[in-house]
Amino acid sequence: MAGTVTVPGSSVPSTPLLKDELDIVIPTIRNLDFLEMWRPFFQPYHLIIVQDGDPTKTIKVPEGFDYELYNRNDINRILGPKASCISFKDSACRCFGYMVSKKKYIYTIDDDCFVAKDPTGKDINALEQHIKNIMSPSTPFFFNTLYDPYREGADFVRGYPFSLREGTHTAVSHGLWLNIPDYDAPTQLVKPKERNERYVDAVMTIPKGTLFPMCGMNLCFDRDLIGPAMYFGLMGDGQPIGRYDDMWAGWCVKVICDHLSLGVKTGLPYIWHSKASNPFVNLRKEYKGIFWQEDIIPFFQNVTIPKDCDTVQKCYLYLSGEVKEKLGKIDPYFVKLADAMVTWIEAWDELNPATPVAENGKVK
Amino acid sequence: MRPPSLLSLTLDSALLHIAHIADLSHLPDHLVIDLFRRTLSAGKLTEKVLKLFLATGCEEIILAVQLLNIKQPIVPVLPTRCSESEVDIVIAALQPNLTTFFEAWRPFFSRFHIIVVKDPDMAENLQIPTGFDLKVYTKSDINGVLGASSINFSGHSCRYFGYLVSRKKYVISIDDNCLPVKDTAGSTVDVVAQHMANLKTPATPFFFNTLYDPYRKGVDFVRGYPFSLREGVECMLSCGLWMHNADYDPMTHVVKRNQRNTTYVDAVMTVPLGAMLPVSGINVAFNRDVLGPAMFPGLRLQNEGKHRWDTLEDIWNGLCAKVVCDSLGYGVKTGLPYVMRSDAEAGKALESLKDWEGVKVMDDVLPFFQSLKLSRTAVTVDDCVKGASWNCT
Repeated sequence: MAGTVTVPGSSVPSTPLLKDELDIVIPTIRNLDFLEMWRPFFQPYHLIIVQDGDPTKTIKVPEGFDYELYNRNDINRILGPKASCISFKDSACRCFGYMVSKKKYIYTIDDDCFVAKDPTGKDINALEQHIKNIMSPSTPFFFNTLYDPYREGADFVRGYPFSLREGTHTAVSHGLWLNIPDYDAPTQLVKPKERNERYVDAVMTIPKGTLFPMCGMNLCFDRDLIGPAMYFGLMGDGQPIGRYDDMWAGWCVKVICDHLSLGVKTGLPYIWHSKASNPFVNLRKEYKGIFWQEDIIPFFQNVTIPKDCDTVQKCYLYLSGEVKEKLGKIDPYFVKLADAMVTWIEAWDELNPATPVAENGKVK
Repeated sequence: MRPPSLLSLTLDSALLHIAHIADLSHLPDHLVIDLFRRTLSAGKLTEKVLKLFLATGCEEIILAVQLLNIKQPIVPVLPTRCSESEVDIVIAALQPNLTTFFEAWRPFFSRFHIIVVKDPDMAENLQIPTGFDLKVYTKSDINGVLGASSINFSGHSCRYFGYLVSRKKYVISIDDNCLPVKDTAGSTVDVVAQHMANLKTPATPFFFNTLYDPYRKGVDFVRGYPFSLREGVECMLSCGLWMHNADYDPMTHVVKRNQRNTTYVDAVMTVPLGAMLPVSGINVAFNRDVLGPAMFPGLRLQNEGKHRWDTLEDIWNGLCAKVVCDSLGYGVKTGLPYVMRSDAEAGKALESLKDWEGVKVMDDVLPFFQSLKLSRTAVTVDDCVKGASWNCT
């Protein structure tokens, strides 16, 4: 059957490929050699490559991939003055890729992430698992002790209310990493040799009201449902902070998903993270973030989005106002960030004009 | 007196770390034998360590194992993380013949005091093998201690009487149709050790750690986890899981009658603050000193029967416990350990479905617990439970 991944001899329904509905966004500064290993899984898809750093450098894309590539000059050209919201010299620039994509789903991966093996030694098709996660419902209102009830071989346990068994739409599928774990700089310094060797065979919905640290290394989301909230903030060159881009997006995304009754899943699939970044460099980037997050977390835990915010953009703009007012006191950076959040939404809406909807609710 | 030789010191050091050594095959035989001898003297021969020595292929060791009649599964010398004086094991006896059950659990239960509570509705005498520090409580004990009480201890609820009479800090309770299971590495899961590890390491309810329990070996808090929240809070409740016959409601049992849980999820995690979960009484452990007052059978279905799916008492209990823990700043963990739950009841689900009221009950119960706000003045579990009951009426 075309357009699906089939498991030979199995009665398990195959996962659709979604090759015309999913873009893979990759930020890079060096090269894309890692794509060779992913070729069997990524080749059917369109890639959006966001080249960070020196725009005069040519990034070589392996043969046979269908892609579009944007460097800093392209970003400046396309967004004009609004380009100020896109980070420079930080992988946060990847969110430009989310903005220019025309597809429903985005999968983003770092260029030092490779195909991992499951405990049986088989290569893990990360994209297939993300698609399974994002196309099945989430269960944020009550924790299922057997984890994702929609997985093969699992179900809702005794005591799970029947009225909640339909679940909600899944907006985000957050994958994990074997080998080099995603630790902050202090932990890296204390445990430089620690490797994540434990394959936890589970996917689960993060409960409503619970925040989590969202890592952008192996992340899939529904652009239609949550795209505008996936702004990766102001990081890198000229900014006082780095390595908090995905974290910031994750906190905004979770608060908005909770408000709009959308689900966020975490767990499988695993990828193999090969490169450990320099912990001393990381410490310098994260330093302010480590202190600021003590205030940022309570901020996100306590923010209440008003009922009339019924779109992601409205929720996000509300958040930006709260960020300016409540976090602006900590450091002027947050005032800049709040402004950038507004710029981002303006840019998003400009590049993604809302499809006019007719009286009967159908798209014209 | 001669100082110990370098070799002797090395062997002593190896003995100290014997649990973490992966391979001894590079050692010459005489050293392997010496290490084996020291391991036996120190009482550190566990199933895993025995496998390590046997894997060297050393003939003398294989011979020694045979001569000493060392059998697998052997009685493991458990790490001294938990003391016998801290733990009671409470078993509700809903079937008379517990021989297979206790023999299978012997390596893990034999150190501890066991409270067996016999279902007051069951007429037959219990068959329990000898060699345990065990006390049985029957209907007459329940009536003798409590007299006339509004609590109905029949069926699965008889467990709670065991919680009442226990005097230990921790209680571990497992259904009598569950046996030990092997993990993905092939070692038998020590349910007691895992529950105790869960209860004795902090819980992290305020922020979700994407690598699950950060206190497990080989893992930590991830980037973005606030440092002020890394101390965690005390864990009061440890909810284990079940391989093979999973804890489903009767409708799911009927619809998916051939489905068995074969996925071993190697994780423990804290259930976040504010998130509710269905706590299954099949495999559970808790801190009785603190949480004890919240562990009672509140909800009894009208046609509550002897099958697990006929009950919701543990689900109700778990919701109470979670609200109390959230209110007082304690944690609840879920995940490991697994037990192997037998099929004994699986075919009878269809019968229960006829009179089953479970469909609607949780739809009413859950919103109550989700909206339950306990008073700030309730600072003990006692006060919280009383506060909750006030809200109930």
